[in-house]
Amino acid sequence: MRTPIHPTRTSHPTRTARTTGTAAAALLSLALSGCSLIGTGDDPVTASGSGQDGAPSGGGKVVLVTHDSFFLPKQLVKDFEEESGYDLQLRASGDAGALTSQLVLNTDSPIGDVAFGVDNTFGSRALDADVFAPVEIDAPDGVEAHRLPGDDEGALTPVDTGNVCVNVDTTWFDERDLDAPETLDDLTDPAYEGLFVTSGATTSSPGFAFLLATIAAYGDDWTGYWEDLLANDTAVVKGWEDAYQVDFTQGGGKGDRPIVTSYDSSPAFTVDGDGGTTTRALLDTCYEQVEYAGMLRGADNPAGAQAVVEWLLSPEVQQALPGSMYVYPVVEGTDLPAEWADLTERPDEPWAVDPDEIDENRDAWLREWGDLVSR
Amino acid sequence: MTAPRRLLGLAALAGLPLAVLGVFFVLPVTGMIGRGFVVDGDLDVGAVLEVLTRPRTGRVLWFTVWSSTVATVLAVLLGLPAAYALHRLRWPGRRVVRAALLVPFVLPTVVVGVAFRQLLGESGPVVALTGGRVDLDGTAAGIVAGLVFFNVAVVIRGVGAAWEGLDSRPGEAAAALGASPAQVFRTVTWPMLRPAVVSSASVVFLFCATAFGIVLTLGGLRYSSVETEIYLLTTEYLDLQAAAALSVLQLVAVVALLVVAGRLRAVPDPTLARSTTPPRRPRRSDVPQLAATALLLALVALPVLTLVVGSLRVDGAWSLAYYRALGGAGEQQALLVPASEALVTSLRTAVDATWMALLLGGLVAVVLTRRSRTRAERRVRSVLDGFFMLPLGVSAVTLGFGFLITLDSPPLDLRESPVLVPLAQALVALPLVVRTLVPVLAGVDDRQRQAAASLGAGPLRAVATVDLPVVWRPLLAAAGFAFAISLGEFGATSFLARPDRPTLPVVIFRLIGHPGELNYGMALAASVILATTTAVVVLGVERLRVPSLGAF
Repeated sequence: MRTPIHPTRTSHPTRTARTTGTAAAALLSLALSGCSLIGTGDDPVTASGSGQDGAPSGGGKVVLVTHDSFFLPKQLVKDFEEESGYDLQLRASGDAGALTSQLVLNTDSPIGDVAFGVDNTFGSRALDADVFAPVEIDAPDGVEAHRLPGDDEGALTPVDTGNVCVNVDTTWFDERDLDAPETLDDLTDPAYEGLFVTSGATTSSPGFAFLLATIAAYGDDWTGYWEDLLANDTAVVKGWEDAYQVDFTQGGGKGDRPIVTSYDSSPAFTVDGDGGTTTRALLDTCYEQVEYAGMLRGADNPAGAQAVVEWLLSPEVQQALPGSMYVYPVVEGTDLPAEWADLTERPDEPWAVDPDEIDENRDAWLREWGDLVSR
Repeated sequence: MTAPRRLLGLAALAGLPLAVLGVFFVLPVTGMIGRGFVVDGDLDVGAVLEVLTRPRTGRVLWFTVWSSTVATVLAVLLGLPAAYALHRLRWPGRRVVRAALLVPFVLPTVVVGVAFRQLLGESGPVVALTGGRVDLDGTAAGIVAGLVFFNVAVVIRGVGAAWEGLDSRPGEAAAALGASPAQVFRTVTWPMLRPAVVSSASVVFLFCATAFGIVLTLGGLRYSSVETEIYLLTTEYLDLQAAAALSVLQLVAVVALLVVAGRLRAVPDPTLARSTTPPRRPRRSDVPQLAATALLLALVALPVLTLVVGSLRVDGAWSLAYYRALGGAGEQQALLVPASEALVTSLRTAVDATWMALLLGGLVAVVLTRRSRTRAERRVRSVLDGFFMLPLGVSAVTLGFGFLITLDSPPLDLRESPVLVPLAQALVALPLVVRTLVPVLAGVDDRQRQAAASLGAGPLRAVATVDLPVVWRPLLAAAGFAFAISLGEFGATSFLARPDRPTLPVVIFRLIGHPGELNYGMALAASVILATTTAVVVLGVERLRVPSLGAF
């Protein structure tokens, strides 16, 4: 179909022009038709007012800012909008650290009405910057127990909780007739040399939680503990997905390290097909993480913000949390999915560090830790 | 036309891209850097300068420059023979190979990181096959390999688009006069290609210098680049002063690089004779280039094959189960939006990002390549040229945060606009679009436009008859690039996207971030689908070629 062109030869003008025109038209129509986002506009489910008696008749738009792992079933969002009359808009803002940083930087002009996803390692930073305004809600059982120490006015409402724990591949240890490690101390035992992989404290949230567990356990001697860990050929990688999916023996990539930093809920996902699981969380190595929701100070729609916080504590949302965000509900008496109830164990006394102390020392700890592992 | 009038015309054409870049780039970045310099209402430059004297800053800067330089050199060395074989020779399947080589460019870094580590890691086949002699996991060499993997496509397409339009006759004449192929390349082809090579190399360098995910994933925690450091300082430490200091350093370094690249790009006379020489059948003398292309294809294919195989192996058998699962929600509802729906969102966003990038990039390229009559005009153009490249040299996190702290009050409260995501992606693609178009447009002889004008053609008609036939191919190459960038973009998107309308990379990120065999398999399957979609789209864009374009 191709004809070489010589400068002297002229091709038929109309054909070329037409082809060009057709292609241009095709491109244009492609852009302006349903192939484009802008062309279609958004189609949020807006329910103005509400048709039910006694339902609060809020109104307008309420913006919920979250971290990028936030997910809830669409139906739940639709139901909330229909029952409350608000138009709920979701906006993601990076991970928990990035989210907190943004909230702190935008105290004069909040990026939404309500935020979800600030956790207990970043909570003090947000409180110090006065990011959140207290809300008056009827907290169900279990919520108060998870409040951030030092949050006296109730600016942050706990929504979900989970523990970062060291996980072991039980089948790997059974096959070799070895006892699996149980404590933080065990991880430095030469018997487990080269078997442990953890994610970085500076680059992942479970990594930082694990660092806090070691700080809670060893106090000022934590650097010595980490030196021993590293001397025992512990691998430190970037994120959870590197540690679990590449290096861990039960991860997707079938690596060759049977000990990994993960969550207390992880064993629910490594089912062996006979109703059991191939992994186990070590309950002496856990650090509890709690995620909070709160109304932003200066919110355009305070009533809407309060409605969202209440909704996050409603039975429907609490029940959906394990399935959609891999965390445990804070409200007592919420039913767990079958696998979670059967296959996971939760620590009674996880390690904890005072939030103010985290806030004060975070930078110093992370820098010191960074120097240790990059040696 | 008088000089002031020409300058006015220049300003008018550059107006739209300048306004867009001003609002969506200059404003956010200066806002963010300003936060670092101003402490409690006072300008505090001393504290910022103190950051630059820290030994760590020096180490980070050195590593960034070193790794980007090595990766750029390797990408050019590997890309040149492939550009020749894929754009000057005609052989069955070359289009498919061309589209396939663009695939790495769009894969989300988190997936590539995992694939790379499975390949190179302590339990991977490479270590096993070499008896531990080649262990790149967590080494600087591993990072460089990852950077080359991602960026070699830029060289192939950028240089290939220019190479295609080169007149082969001078080279043939030289050969007829007894020059060896090497001499022909050195004395005839290379001088004509140089602008395109330098253009592509400078883009690759900037991509490498601002690479984020791949450095963290493949380098473990031993290495940090300026980009990863800015991210940590901003999100973990909230140390805006240090982040601002590094951002300024990054900007200065990028400007310096652009100046050098501009000098190198300059050719004595950019007016090249262009012809659409049809690609020819390979001869025996082309074997080395074809072999180099095959080798490159193998290297690029390895990590991708790792993904493909992983997505098809279920419990030790071949199966499509992971692909079937993509229509559903994943293990215990990992996904609340089926991956198929996310793919549609991705495609729609990419269409928008593509036309925006082409519109802006096209205007910029036209502005930059018109012959300058006066020294002032030339200076204005070269400043503009550098200015439109800047988005490549700024950390995504600075831009993302800057967006949120500056575009938050009317009349510029754009934090909720659906335009935001495609526009951010278009800005990421803009420098690449510009760099693909400029070398080719610059080679159009201005006298042809003058001839058209003297024959009564209006400015638009002149563009349609003189520029368009020449720029058609690079324009398609640029469209493919923009589309690919948009499809795979994750950094800016994770800051701006709406969680209830995730794009495919966001879904992949979510799947791979959770335990469970099925989730992991689905992440691989979704990555393969993303890669395939990209290849198909790029292939389609290439098929759009007009059969013959020449003198009307």
